[in-house]
Amino acid sequence: MMTTGVDTIRIDGEEIPFTPGQTIMDAALAAGVYIPHLCHYPGLPPSGNCRLCVVETGNRSVAACITPAAAGQQIISDTPELNATRKAITQMLFVEGNHICPSCEKTGNCKLQAMAYHLGMLDDHFPQSYQRREIDASHPEILLDRSRCILCDLCVRASRDVDKKNVFAIAGRGTHAHLIVNAPSGKLADTPMAVTDLAATICPVGAILIKEKGYEVPIGQRIYDRQTICETGLQEYTDKPIIKKHQSE
Amino acid sequence: MTNCLGSLPRQHLLHRLHAIQRQHRHISPQAMQQTAAELNIPLSQVAAVVEFYSFFSTQPRGRFDLLLSNCTSCGYRAGSENLLELLCQQLQTVPGKTRADGLVSIGETSCIGMCDHGPSMLINDSPVTGLNAAKLTQIARLIADEIPVPQWPAAWFEISDTVHRRDLLLSNPLIPGNALQQAFQQDASETLAVIQQSGLRGRGGAGFDTGKKWQFCREAPGNAHYVVCNADEGEPGTFKDRYLLREYADALFEGMTLCAFVIGAQQGFVYLRGEYRYLLPHLQAELNHRRKLGLLGTNILGQAGFDFDIEVVVGAGAYICGEESALIESLEGKPGIPRIRPPFPVTHGYWGQPTVVNNVETFIAAAQIALHGASWFKASGTAASAGSKLLSISGDCGKPGIYEYPLGVIIRQVLNDCGAADAQAVQIGGLAGVLLGPAEFNRGIAFEDVATGGSVLVFGQQRDLLAIHRNFAQFFAHESCGFCTPCRVGTQLLKNSLDNIAAGRGSPNDLEELRQLGQIVQHQSHCGLGHTATNHVLDGLRQFPQVFSNRLQSQFTARFDLDQALADARQITRRDDAAAHLDNE
Repeated sequence: MMTTGVDTIRIDGEEIPFTPGQTIMDAALAAGVYIPHLCHYPGLPPSGNCRLCVVETGNRSVAACITPAAAGQQIISDTPELNATRKAITQMLFVEGNHICPSCEKTGNCKLQAMAYHLGMLDDHFPQSYQRREIDASHPEILLDRSRCILCDLCVRASRDVDKKNVFAIAGRGTHAHLIVNAPSGKLADTPMAVTDLAATICPVGAILIKEKGYEVPIGQRIYDRQTICETGLQEYTDKPIIKKHQSE
Repeated sequence: MTNCLGSLPRQHLLHRLHAIQRQHRHISPQAMQQTAAELNIPLSQVAAVVEFYSFFSTQPRGRFDLLLSNCTSCGYRAGSENLLELLCQQLQTVPGKTRADGLVSIGETSCIGMCDHGPSMLINDSPVTGLNAAKLTQIARLIADEIPVPQWPAAWFEISDTVHRRDLLLSNPLIPGNALQQAFQQDASETLAVIQQSGLRGRGGAGFDTGKKWQFCREAPGNAHYVVCNADEGEPGTFKDRYLLREYADALFEGMTLCAFVIGAQQGFVYLRGEYRYLLPHLQAELNHRRKLGLLGTNILGQAGFDFDIEVVVGAGAYICGEESALIESLEGKPGIPRIRPPFPVTHGYWGQPTVVNNVETFIAAAQIALHGASWFKASGTAASAGSKLLSISGDCGKPGIYEYPLGVIIRQVLNDCGAADAQAVQIGGLAGVLLGPAEFNRGIAFEDVATGGSVLVFGQQRDLLAIHRNFAQFFAHESCGFCTPCRVGTQLLKNSLDNIAAGRGSPNDLEELRQLGQIVQHQSHCGLGHTATNHVLDGLRQFPQVFSNRLQSQFTARFDLDQALADARQITRRDDAAAHLDNE
């Protein structure tokens, strides 16, 4: 094994090796260093929209998931200031949609909720926007509730790049941005989407839910009752479920 | 362009959708399906584009479709009256809705680049300038009588460009072909060297070294190289490109052709903002003229193997498309969402190929430099900012219009020249630029000091600066592409917060809240729009804190109007009696 000549970056002082082509996020996760993220999923092309993974390098703020690692980079990530900013961005996502955790099937399995806990978020801080968003219950097995959508684009990428069905897109500008379904009717029932698709399960929040699966795992035994989002975030990288799914097909 | 079958000419998606919108006053789901099938693209892409651009509508607009600018200089509130309300009253309609009989729709739109002409609007794509209450009464009557727009008084549609000061670019008219002939006497690398030596930097405002950009693109491997002119002059308060496109289009095309010669491109695009669609026939005539002169097409000026042509693509109302990677997305027929950078357009631009994107003024300067030489250009300006800069000056000043100065010019001189010596504040570089008070009027306009794409908005002593901030905040909330969280949500929160303060519902804590929110949007956003969207508030809090603090309540005040919050309940219960209202003590 090569021990010398390996390119490295430093995140919060810790030296981390990387291979050319890796982003800061790739290198960090590979080394077991967690940088908060919601719109990133190892194995899918990065997007950079949630901005939770913004880190500082030099005097620049960059999103770790879309910024190439470069030899000698000095990166600051886990600081009270950056985590306070991450909390504010999480609060923005909460007030933008209609996130009522106690009545949501995703509670305990929800990454947005887990992120809020991780960052010590105790209130919404910003005024609620109470957006009216359309629910699509047309599909026999899948429910689309746009109230909870955080526009992370994961289902768009999963459906296009892994499922090869291109079921979703994001339309509209600014706060009018919303998830649309690629069918003349605009309804999920008129797409080839199936529960076995990655797009059906990749949603970090409760916007895309599998129907008739209410509370199969009781509250108290759900993902984030047992693990933190740091742990699952690192596992997603090491387990590489998307790449495995690719290879099995 | 041809489609994948290489047979029928394939229309650009934005042009196809504009034609449908024009003919049917809206774009129906059926029209979207048909368009997707014709162009062989996903229906979701067509739907996303329709919803992204302001000038497309899924609901029918009026046969007379009016969009009043909401800019602080050419907007409907630039004068003493609210012209939008006035016109809506006269035509018995409400803003943003089409009248039930389909005759008329009246809405507002971001700056249409008529800031030197007073309140202005677009009617069925044509600009009408110098609006006032008397003219609106006449307009309302013409619409009520259903007189077609081409029969309206021609004088209303006239655009008069007033140039108050000429310098390097505007005092040296270019004879078509001269700059190219000069370049052909050398080779492409020598021409590039001249551009590099001149110190020319991008005139859009960011100021990237033009010679370097051309060199990176020239050296980048690719199947094809492209030249793109950013004529998406969307920064409120700037209208110098409107003038250049009308009077110096030939010099622009010469500069683009020169760039093509340097980087080895065969195809160029002018991305023209939708608000300037009325310039399209003129630009196409100029292009045809150059084709006849052998300045576009194959073997240009007899230069064997040098083939190049230019196509104009017209946008459809989206400020974000001024960002170069969003512009390229739009050129490719997609929503204008800024790309991940790196890679930059010089290596991965239009359809992933090396692409130069420059501003209108940059290409014209490049053509002049090729003709007159690098030292001619460098003799003007400062060491770090060579040459001259066109400024579009408007607002509370005696002489609005176009001014060309050597870079480094002191702001106070500019204000004296335009008749605004007693300005309260000036916004330089558009809404994304900086807000400066008199203490900073001794600063210079240059890349190393106050950089600008050319917009200078002057605010006189009587202006309510909080109203200006609210206008700016509304602009960014409307124009944010919605891609990233801090900009999408943050610009909206900022707008709401300023509206609250203006409504007398602000608390002392709100100033610190504004500052923090402004910094989050500025630092965490994905692209230049977000990075600059809150500059005005941060500048304002620093220089004019009383503008905000004067409106704050000393005691706790609810953020929302409790009585207003019950409006939905009143509507549902069909009650509006006194008991259905709160006692607003």
